[in-house]
Amino acid sequence: MSAAVSVNNIIKTYGKKKAIVTALQDISFEVKPGELFGIIGPDGAGKTSLFRILTTLLLADSGTATVDGFDVVKDYKEIRKRVGYMPGRFSLYQDLSVQENLEFFATIFNTSIDENYDLIKDIYRQIEPFKDRKAGKLSGGMKQKLALSCALIHRPSVLFLDEPTTGVDAVSRKEFWEMLKRLKQQGITILVSTPYMDEASLCDRVVLMQDGHVLSINTPQQIVNNFGKPLWAARAGNMLHLLNDLKQSEAVDNAYPSGTYHHVVLKDGYDEKFLLQKIKENNNELEIKQIQPDIEDCFMKLMR
Amino acid sequence: MRTLKFLLQKEFRQIFRDPSIIRLIFIMPVIQLIILPWAADYEMKNIQLSVVDHDHSDYSRKLVSKITSSGYFILNDYAASFNQSFAEIEKDHSDIILEIPASFEKDLVKESEAKLFIAGNAINGVKANLGSVYLRTIIQDFNQSVRLEWIQIPRFSPETQIEVSTSNWYNPLMNYKYFMVPGILVILLTMVGSNLTAMNIVKEKEIGTIEQINVTPIKKYHFILGKLIPFWILGLVVLTLGFIIARVVYGIVPLGSFITIYVFAAVYLLAVLGLGLLVSTYATTQQQAMLISFFIMMICILLGGLYTSIDSMPVWAQWITKFNPVSYFIDVMRMVVLKGSTLADIKYQLLVMSGFAIVLNGWAVFSYRKRS
Repeated sequence: MSAAVSVNNIIKTYGKKKAIVTALQDISFEVKPGELFGIIGPDGAGKTSLFRILTTLLLADSGTATVDGFDVVKDYKEIRKRVGYMPGRFSLYQDLSVQENLEFFATIFNTSIDENYDLIKDIYRQIEPFKDRKAGKLSGGMKQKLALSCALIHRPSVLFLDEPTTGVDAVSRKEFWEMLKRLKQQGITILVSTPYMDEASLCDRVVLMQDGHVLSINTPQQIVNNFGKPLWAARAGNMLHLLNDLKQSEAVDNAYPSGTYHHVVLKDGYDEKFLLQKIKENNNELEIKQIQPDIEDCFMKLMR
Repeated sequence: MRTLKFLLQKEFRQIFRDPSIIRLIFIMPVIQLIILPWAADYEMKNIQLSVVDHDHSDYSRKLVSKITSSGYFILNDYAASFNQSFAEIEKDHSDIILEIPASFEKDLVKESEAKLFIAGNAINGVKANLGSVYLRTIIQDFNQSVRLEWIQIPRFSPETQIEVSTSNWYNPLMNYKYFMVPGILVILLTMVGSNLTAMNIVKEKEIGTIEQINVTPIKKYHFILGKLIPFWILGLVVLTLGFIIARVVYGIVPLGSFITIYVFAAVYLLAVLGLGLLVSTYATTQQQAMLISFFIMMICILLGGLYTSIDSMPVWAQWITKFNPVSYFIDVMRMVVLKGSTLADIKYQLLVMSGFAIVLNGWAVFSYRKRS
């Protein structure tokens, strides 16, 4: 079976003449049907531009892309029938009630709530008690569930979620990813973008993006495996002092703060004992241990 | 059809849930129609008059009392010198000076001829102009009565005189409200039509809902019709409301048929809604839409013939009014309301308005894009 989404050499720039901003620089990747595919990158990486091109809202400068086998430029009408899009910003009618919003989107897709109720059941049930409340009066988490319900109401074959978990609390985020996993079981291909590195491990495959470039495309596990070097975590009484020392040491390839530790990558030919010797005297309560790299560490490495 | 029905349902729900829009739609016409026609008065009253009387004679006093009893003038001061009166003008206390020379009565009696001097404060041009015209008419009248007193009218008057009497057709009492009210009604309809549509669509842009709509298979014409029809209906409701107020408050009943007015209004609203739609495709925020509408509205009203007659504008301005839908509707409204014109009489205006509707909507539909 062909790819659910394929992107070939997409380039998109904004602005004119002097102030050209390149949002997407020659992006290519493929998403398999039924995959939960993550697009991971910091703000300004080009995630939203990419989504807008794939959902036929934006025209790329060059390159081609297909969604569900249809070209985003030629067959945009077909694509609009079969994709669900949830923009990063809540964009439903705030002055319509929960049920009215859902009905409205069901109708313009020529379907009804009853017809696809089983698909949205899990999600919609949670907000059904508030179905007569105006969408603008919902809490952040409920708004998100409503938006997801509306994006799913016509049983799309590909679902685009643009930063669905930005600005959502940790519990809701976890819940949201569980909902996505259940949707995946229904055979819906899901593309989700997020600036949170920890969410990458929840995807089947991810593409790491930065400044419009693809850094890496792989399964989260493979990306971590490709890190290729031992990673150390160090902490001391004075963390700032420690970071400066680490950065100045000739043995250190890269050092950056990460949570309560500083993560340290050593240069080839050096080991942690050498490093310890160097920085021990200046840092009290020094602790250093080897850890497993995560996606964020890979990102830090790829970004350099 | 089902989609369109739902779009309309959604649009009406949103309109009726926004209390400020409802207030705007119903209170605005009521207030404007009740207040504006009284204030927008073409007649000049309360003109402040300074009299410089060097004569202090019987006749000069008679003249002044005739002027002040006309009801148009208020005697501001009765000064001894022109400079004294001029100071009053400079302080903006006085609008017009009438100077009566020292030999006024003498000349009038002996030479049968006397001269007077009128000076107006042209900072308020209309007031100065109309004021001196009124003043001249009164003086002429005074002149007439003086002659009657002295000269025994011969069977055949030695002087040839042309006496003009005027009659105002279609508005015999020159009740300016009869032509202001229909005009204001047009302005109201224009404002409801173009502003509300423009703001409504731009609001969807601002909130981002248009993005969500754009990714759906909804047809462009469905979306646009879904936006136009509700405001088209609201426009006709406002028009009806306006006519009710015109009937109740001013007793204005159109001489022509309501059908003629509503047929024209229906086409006119389409054109105005098209204008609003066009604004909304170019504006990205409500502020922008507001400013653009305001700019267009200003030109449309001032070049629409509501306050100033189009015929007295320079030729280039008259050409601009040909591209101003408001001027056609004001014209038609006055024709139908005052003169009782029928559809056949306004077919030229109707044709032009259809042209406006097609061009404006066509342009708007063309420039409305579901993708950028």
